Amino acid sequence: MSEHAAGAGRRPARAGGPVAGAGEPVAGAGELPAGTGGRSDFGAVVRRAAAAGRLVVQPRMGVSDPARMRAGLLATRDAGVRTVGTITLDSYTRVGDHEAVRAALRNGEELNGYPIVDHPVRTTTALVADVSDVDFPVQVRHGSARPQRIAAALIAAGLHATEGGPVSYCLPYSRVPVAESVRAWAETTRLLAELRGRGLRPHLETFGGCMMGQLCPPSLLVAISLLEAMFFGRHGVDSVSLSYAQQTDPGQDTEALSALRSLAAEFLSEVDWHVVLYAYMGVFPSSPDGATDLLADAARLSVRGGADRLIVKTVAEARRIPTIAENVTALRVAGHAADHERRVMAGPARLAGPAPDTGIRAQARAVVEAVLNLAPDLDTALIRAVHRGLLDIPYCLHPDNAGRTRATVGRDGTLQWTRIGALPIRGLADTAGDADGSAAGLLRSLSYVASRFDDAALERAAAREFLPA
Amino acid sequence: MKLMTATSRPAAPGGGLDVIVTSVSSDAHTWNLVYLQLLLEEYGHRVVNLGACVPDRLLVAECLRLRPDLVVMSSVNGHGWRDGRRAITALRTRAELAATPVVIGGKLGIAGPGGDAQARSLALAGFDGVFEDGSSAAAFREFLSRLRPRVSA
Repeated sequence: MSEHAAGAGRRPARAGGPVAGAGEPVAGAGELPAGTGGRSDFGAVVRRAAAAGRLVVQPRMGVSDPARMRAGLLATRDAGVRTVGTITLDSYTRVGDHEAVRAALRNGEELNGYPIVDHPVRTTTALVADVSDVDFPVQVRHGSARPQRIAAALIAAGLHATEGGPVSYCLPYSRVPVAESVRAWAETTRLLAELRGRGLRPHLETFGGCMMGQLCPPSLLVAISLLEAMFFGRHGVDSVSLSYAQQTDPGQDTEALSALRSLAAEFLSEVDWHVVLYAYMGVFPSSPDGATDLLADAARLSVRGGADRLIVKTVAEARRIPTIAENVTALRVAGHAADHERRVMAGPARLAGPAPDTGIRAQARAVVEAVLNLAPDLDTALIRAVHRGLLDIPYCLHPDNAGRTRATVGRDGTLQWTRIGALPIRGLADTAGDADGSAAGLLRSLSYVASRFDDAALERAAAREFLPA
Repeated sequence: MKLMTATSRPAAPGGGLDVIVTSVSSDAHTWNLVYLQLLLEEYGHRVVNLGACVPDRLLVAECLRLRPDLVVMSSVNGHGWRDGRRAITALRTRAELAATPVVIGGKLGIAGPGGDAQARSLALAGFDGVFEDGSSAAAFREFLSRLRPRVSA
């Protein structure tokens, strides 16, 4: 496995967390796992890859059986492209329904992810120690608004990279009041931050760049990602990544990534950060060719937009939870597409030319500043911002969400606001006047990307079939 | 339009049904719910949308409070089969809800459409209709057309 051999054991030059000598005793949580994975620095691994001109690609992978989870991580590690590992948790663990987890485990029923809280600690510890090393960190992905038990379980297993956020894992996915989610996430962040005292470098990724997966305009995604990264920093985690999910238009997404990076440089000067792109999180193309094209598009967008890590989707996405093999194929497709794009853009000039400015950066900055101005401490500010509709997610059904904003896919294929409610972007954002609020209109917007890529794949197939070679 | 609220039903509107749209306890997906609400409203029905991750207890309480003409359960996370059985059992143990029409639809299993056996087991557990991924909207509409508003006592 040559991909992860380079740079092993070297520490990043950039400022940041303490680096303790290996082998020192750890207070409080038993001993470090046998492998070297416990010492990995997630942010540094991504930075080293970026310095070498390689995009880090990562699956969304999680199965309930530890042996298959191990096989999935090994397959990820050995995929032949630059990767980091993922343990995605099941949705019962996400909502804290451990009774349902244990019932399923007892009956030998498969869950839709790895139940890290209910598997014995030694099972996960052995799994992690076996597969991860300083160049192959493993991140836990979950989706919980109350992640304290999850954080304790992953720490006990020797892991320290995870993701989410007080807004992004509350509003779209839970019924937990936002004030409670903020408290839970503050506790969770501090729990992870304590690891710095043991010479580890915990890492947190915002999920704020993905609100609802689709139909949330880029400026609000950028703003929430920034606010959550600042929240992690204020609670003591000094290595973060900022997410942004691919939307409907590559030009608009490039502008959004550029805005995210420039605002992060400004607002997050105290922490180590990188940008992570999520391959499209909405309705996925159902044809294998369409799905592959959309993923390759995401990889190219990562390179052009300066995202150093990409979380992939697979050809099975439209129908069911993907297999390990489908995930490995997706990692390779994405890694190779990124390498190709990098060659096309000829090395260091990868960010050549400023993206056109349609106001994403100005809107995002306005939202961030308006929220920060609500209270001296960010926890209170975030809660007030949701309650007052300064953060208001289109189509989000959460009881605390104001529900006064709407967005649509415009005629030019970009995401546009149709109603901005109380968002502090009046005068900074155009609202499309011709919004179709019907069920069919919503379905068209939701399936716009899937249709575009499926149609293109179909046309290519037809051309192959009917045109002379 | 705020999708979440609407706690009182309009008085005696002509013909439409009072429908509860809901996720199951472990499912956080909501686009399916947003779409179903708009669709049902366009068909002339009134919708209370309970949103994501609805615990069985909350679903039962809301059904007892609102006494809907129909409950539409939708799930796409692969746990719908298991969560749906649990939810329908909780609903059917209440005498007041024993006859309330309840349907489930979406992506109900981890491995893709589960076929007739899964649908039969859900029907056996108490669902009046099972609309797995790939079912037609026409089948759902046809089902709706057979329902009548509950006559208040």
